[in-house]
Amino acid sequence: MIAETTITGWLTDPESLIAAGLLLPLLALIAIQLFGRWPNLREAATLTVSTVLFAVVGRLSQIVFAGNRPSLTLGEFLPGFEIGFEIEPLGMLFALVASGLWILTTIYAIGYMRGHHEQHQTRFFSCFAIAIFAAVAAAFSANLFTLFVAYEVMTISTYPLVAHHGTEKARDGARVYLGILLSTSIAFLMLAIVWTWFIAGTLQFRAGGILSDAFAAGDISRWQLGLLLALFAFGIAKAALMPFHRWLPAAMVAPTPVSALLHAVAVVKVGVFSVLKVVVYVFGLDLLQTSGVNLWLAYLAGFSILTASLVAMTKDNLKARLAYSTISQLGYITLGAAIATPSSVVGGGMHIVMHAVGKITLFFCAGAIYVAAHKTDISQMRGLGRRMPFTFAAFLIATVSIIGLPPCGGAWSKWFLAVGTVESHQFILTAILMISSLLNIAYLMPIPMRAFQTPEGDGDTSGSTIQEAPLFCVVPLCITALGSIALFFAGQWIYEVLLPITIP
Amino acid sequence: MSDHLPILLIVLPLIAAPLCVLVGNRKVAYVVALAAAWCTFAIALTLITQVTRSGPIHYNIGDWAPPYGIEYVVDSFSGFVMLFVAGIGALVLSYAPPSIKAEIPQSKHYLFYATYMLCMTGLLGICATGDLFNVFVFLEISSLSSYALISLGRSRRAPLAALQYLILGSIGATFILIGIGLLYQMTGTLNMADIASRLDTHHGPRTMLVSFAFLTVGLCIKMAVFPLHRWLPGAYTYAPSVVTCFIAATSTKVSVYAFARVVFGIFTPDFAFEQLSLNTGLMILALIGIFGTSITAIFQDNVKRMLAFSSVAQIGYMLLGISMANQSGLTAGIIHMFNHALIKGGLFMVAGCFALRLGSVNLSDWQGAGRTMPWTSFAWVVGGLGLIGVPLTAGFVSKWLLLTAAVQSELWPVAVLMLLSSLLALVYIWRVVESLYFAETSQRAADAVDAPLQMLVPTYILIGAILVFGVWTTYPFDLASEAASTLLGAPTP
Repeated sequence: MIAETTITGWLTDPESLIAAGLLLPLLALIAIQLFGRWPNLREAATLTVSTVLFAVVGRLSQIVFAGNRPSLTLGEFLPGFEIGFEIEPLGMLFALVASGLWILTTIYAIGYMRGHHEQHQTRFFSCFAIAIFAAVAAAFSANLFTLFVAYEVMTISTYPLVAHHGTEKARDGARVYLGILLSTSIAFLMLAIVWTWFIAGTLQFRAGGILSDAFAAGDISRWQLGLLLALFAFGIAKAALMPFHRWLPAAMVAPTPVSALLHAVAVVKVGVFSVLKVVVYVFGLDLLQTSGVNLWLAYLAGFSILTASLVAMTKDNLKARLAYSTISQLGYITLGAAIATPSSVVGGGMHIVMHAVGKITLFFCAGAIYVAAHKTDISQMRGLGRRMPFTFAAFLIATVSIIGLPPCGGAWSKWFLAVGTVESHQFILTAILMISSLLNIAYLMPIPMRAFQTPEGDGDTSGSTIQEAPLFCVVPLCITALGSIALFFAGQWIYEVLLPITIP
Repeated sequence: MSDHLPILLIVLPLIAAPLCVLVGNRKVAYVVALAAAWCTFAIALTLITQVTRSGPIHYNIGDWAPPYGIEYVVDSFSGFVMLFVAGIGALVLSYAPPSIKAEIPQSKHYLFYATYMLCMTGLLGICATGDLFNVFVFLEISSLSSYALISLGRSRRAPLAALQYLILGSIGATFILIGIGLLYQMTGTLNMADIASRLDTHHGPRTMLVSFAFLTVGLCIKMAVFPLHRWLPGAYTYAPSVVTCFIAATSTKVSVYAFARVVFGIFTPDFAFEQLSLNTGLMILALIGIFGTSITAIFQDNVKRMLAFSSVAQIGYMLLGISMANQSGLTAGIIHMFNHALIKGGLFMVAGCFALRLGSVNLSDWQGAGRTMPWTSFAWVVGGLGLIGVPLTAGFVSKWLLLTAAVQSELWPVAVLMLLSSLLALVYIWRVVESLYFAETSQRAADAVDAPLQMLVPTYILIGAILVFGVWTTYPFDLASEAASTLLGAPTP
């Protein structure tokens, strides 16, 4: 009886839930290291822990979405700078996405890594677990300092993943990856954080922002505020805003599950999440609206969206094309943050979810195609859809979601982003969004369409047998594809859940 | 017994040195030295606990009251520096045997241990004493023993490097002696606190200025401040690995300590920084030094040489903190002394492990060693991350504190340049990491194995300390901030 009440008490106590959310990935790390010699046991441990994590995060989300803001303070790291966690809807949503997709990525990685006979799988899964830890810590962070520490832990922990193959190509790609991410965060982000601390006297995330008083008091002038925003926008290079986007295509040397992690689960999502968080909880929407220092960022994001889409069209390598597509899609979220109206911010937050589920499907498909047919170039994929119908059906669904058409989730986020541009009378940006959607169709649609056509100069003999990738690969990508459709019907719910973040 | 701890701290290694020579057997000498070193560390630990509990300890040698007798003072600043000097000294000595067996002729081993003990005595003595002439004596004990230790290096360039150090070091020592002499001539006392109380920094004679100039230049040579750092790269590169570990981790920091004492304890920051604006000069030199030597480090093939240039750059960060002359800046500078001692000591220990197994410290010979020496290589990665200043390592703590201090003092250019310069560390550390893990395995690395446990365990203790003090920041921070307020508050050392 007593035991039962303690357990239920524990399950409803938000503090211990937060602690569990942070400790579980570390537990997975230990288990992976311990069971390194027995792959089945190792993967079973990862799957168990990730499922429990998802349950814990799910339980927390009930609390948070009911309007509570559970928090946990670990103590001061240095005087005035504490490591603390406080969950608000945006971070909660991000944690849900990251922990949920961790399960699917693990299942997929089992199929991919084993199907491919990759080396150093224990190291691979260990680094994965650390990256998830960093993602959860960033999502829950209560202040900029905690966010920064989590951000850097993620950079370091994903480096071995990008460099996984240990070849010269991997080294060069990983060098660009680490070089850009680490140097921007040190040179720009750290400075921006210390500057913020200097003028605001705190680093705590607060609804309505922490800089408005300092701006009103004249501690920071208008152009300085713009400069600070620039330091944040470029310092968070994980958001891949041009011109600091090169690391993303460079990281494509990694195995495909890593690309999925990078693009959908953790790395870029931490980037755009941080941008949104800074805009909403450090600057505050009102401050940006009244000072107007945000517009240049919105236009830069627009430029990033269009340019990346155009570059994507020129890429024949499927993963490279998807990488530029990601840069473009991340631009949407930065754009949403930069316009700084309630609709656009909610749209940006939604797009984190929608793009995560859509893009992870696309990467899963790219990996499945590689495992089953050893094809990487789009031009070679003609007719492949007949042999891999599930994979390409999933690809088609995800494409629809990325483009932003019903009945897929992407429709909602793009709608709210467009509404945001109209509300702030930036019609050029509205046009950019529309043009970009057309470009999305142009560079993504042909891939599944060609795949379902008859192979050139070939009869229908080769297309008759089904040769899919291992089940471990195909099942996750089908689930995420269905997820994209399910998200369309969850649009209303996500909107209502995110709306509180815009109210100071 | 416990009343006499301040003097025991010095006497113990000082007696161990001739004892090592007398026994003349390398194994017994090693045991004597090792026991003395760890006891010294235990004493230092006890002292710092006493200081944090009940304030500074003043110890009059032979019960002669200062200023007539020599006074030893252990406060939070000197106690803190003693703590890591003794700790790293003991740890490096535990790590030493396999490495010196490979690098130093066996017949000289007992002499090596004796000299090592002397060097430790000198370094600890500088921290402990409150007497200015005593500082000079101990500085010379440590310097002379360093010259001897460096000249033991296997390469034929080692004696040359030692000679270069000897010449520059002696010039520095002479300058310091002249400075002390002038101070004595003006005040008639050698006790630092006493000098400070007798010195009229506002209307003093010109002699004071001259004496300050001599002391500053002399100590800048010992600290290896750019552009007076020329002796350091050669000395660190050609010394035996163990010697480099110890000297690189401690000796320049102790000189920084002496400098801070002279500026804050005797001449007052008001005189040095307000009237003379030495801080601006130091800042400019520090920044040029940081950039110049970091860029030079990038182009070195010899890893020890690369780390040596990096050391000069890191001294620059400490000086940046000190020259801000306020609570937060000093705290940052002092904590960086500690953190950098851990980091650079750890990295040089890793280099020593590689030197043992690969017989070379050239990067081209280290290529691919990540595959055959995984533990040693991983230690390099962690130490390197500390040097770059990634969160959760000790290096981040000092960088963050220095950055916030610079911003608080509204030194924006310093803040920006400091951050940019730390990117250079990323370049030279990562060059090594990439060679270790991605390059074709070199001939030497192909059949190497990990360093012996006797070396690997102390290395990992120090490397682990980088992570521990990257998370458990309160302990060093409290000590450093206490030390900073001692320096700023009362001018009594």
